Amino acid sequence: MARSRQISAAAQRRSQAWSGLPFVAPYLVVFAALLIYPLCAGVVLSLHKADLFGGSQFIGLENYVRLFRDQVFLRSVWNTCYFVILTAPALTLIGLGLALALNRASGPSALFRGLFFSSSVLSVTIVTLIWRMVLVPDGGLIANLLALAGLPAIPFLSDARLALPAIAITTIWWCIGLPMMLFLAALQQVPRDLYEAAALDNAGPWRTLWSITLPSIRRTALVVVVIEVIMQFQLFGQAQIMTLGGPNNASLPIVLYIYQVGFQRWDIGYAAAASEVLFCIILAAAMTQFLASRRRERPGP
Amino acid sequence: MTAGSQEDRAMGGGSARWPSLAGLIVAALIMAAPLVWTLALSLKPNAELLRGTQTVFQAPYTLRNYADILGHSAIFRWLLNSTIVSLGVTFGVLALSSLAGYGFARLQFPGRDLIFVIVLFGLAIPEQSVIIARHQMFSALHLHNTYAGLILPGLAAPFGVFLMTQYFKAIPKELEEAAWLDGASHFRTFWRILLPLSLPAQATLGIFTFLSTWNDYWWPLISATNSDMFTLTVGVASSQMNFAQTNGLGFLMAQAVFASLPILVVYAVFQRYIVLGASRAAL
Repeated sequence: MARSRQISAAAQRRSQAWSGLPFVAPYLVVFAALLIYPLCAGVVLSLHKADLFGGSQFIGLENYVRLFRDQVFLRSVWNTCYFVILTAPALTLIGLGLALALNRASGPSALFRGLFFSSSVLSVTIVTLIWRMVLVPDGGLIANLLALAGLPAIPFLSDARLALPAIAITTIWWCIGLPMMLFLAALQQVPRDLYEAAALDNAGPWRTLWSITLPSIRRTALVVVVIEVIMQFQLFGQAQIMTLGGPNNASLPIVLYIYQVGFQRWDIGYAAAASEVLFCIILAAAMTQFLASRRRERPGP
Repeated sequence: MTAGSQEDRAMGGGSARWPSLAGLIVAALIMAAPLVWTLALSLKPNAELLRGTQTVFQAPYTLRNYADILGHSAIFRWLLNSTIVSLGVTFGVLALSSLAGYGFARLQFPGRDLIFVIVLFGLAIPEQSVIIARHQMFSALHLHNTYAGLILPGLAAPFGVFLMTQYFKAIPKELEEAAWLDGASHFRTFWRILLPLSLPAQATLGIFTFLSTWNDYWWPLISATNSDMFTLTVGVASSQMNFAQTNGLGFLMAQAVFASLPILVVYAVFQRYIVLGASRAAL
């Protein structure tokens, strides 16, 4: 009887070649309507001259040609790359340093971890409010500290050379929790017998760090770098709130430029073209890192 | 966290311990200083701050700025909006992702693996590259300045489907086969057996979705133009736009503290799942 039951179950399974559809259909509808359709419509839009009033005219690649001659757009691309260079390596290294230190320190480690991650749960608007009051030359925290040392205040956000680095420091303060958490989790997975073997070989702490800990968390380091590069390429809120891209576009990132063109100047086709360029840059950056890491890993020790 | 303390012993570097502790303390001070500064400012009378901020760490302190928030009704409306939108997205994502995850991990339909790859590709699409067309689409459907308009885009994120599919794949099949042989339907099997087993993954996905929706600035800024429909994140931004000219600095800072309280409470309560989620992402 059990056998006949099994056979009928198998038959039932064969007849259920479509059984998964009701389960995935609700998500697929949302996915297609809200992600795939706007993605494709965005590409089409980028080939048109379109404005708020529904006027739309096919112009081929003209928007893209215009973009690569647009000094403000090119400036925003450079600014964004510069910002990523300022933040992604720093976030990775500081995150790693904190994780190593926390992994070693016993006792107050949970308290430290909670503090370092707490800023990450705040929204960008609260972080910028806090940091504007730290950076502002007229009565800010740093200005007060400088005054105690008898030094003049520094106008971080209105100086073209300092605006983007100041936003970068704000961003590092805001985002340091995630890399730290990822590295901490990876450190806890390093097999304990490796450390015991190192201890038996009388390896010092630096040698242990260099030849056991770091090689074991290489994969996590790659994940952290890729996540941070992709996230920081999307810089928007900090610049929009703290400097509005100024002074003189010195801190204008790509996304803020897209926002200004698309939602303040309503040059929709042009904004769509800029957003496709951003998409390609992010994709290319992620692919490059991924491929580079594979090539480096293959020869191995 | 016993694994951590074992490791301390394994790594117990006597000489390397003090520099790392000193580094931690310096980093903690840099981390805490802006928070302490903000808290102190929020407790000072506005009139005094107009004359300068040198006296922040001296009495008198006042709760006046917080009392003023209570009289400022807009912030409670934004708080309500944020709660509705964040809970809506969170439960929507949990439902859609669990169902789809079960379908992809366990059931059949034509083109399943190809469709899964397409969904994974969705992970690489940045929000900014779909924004223009999505904004037009929502205009045409009159969805701007509505809760549906604020909630729907969050439901399309593929991360939850990916997470739940991986999670369901890792659960041993024998558990459901017994139910199948007893003639239970797919939905019943899903509901009675797999869903309860996936609660830890649901908690992690839920808390991350909630946090990221609560803090989202990009879409609500573009979609909610009517201040009644602002979320807390957008509302706080709108009230600091005249930052340079403000004569209510203490009030502004009190607003920052007040606006961060709900999310800090959520973080404190669900911290365990955040750590769990981070460790899963790292592996």
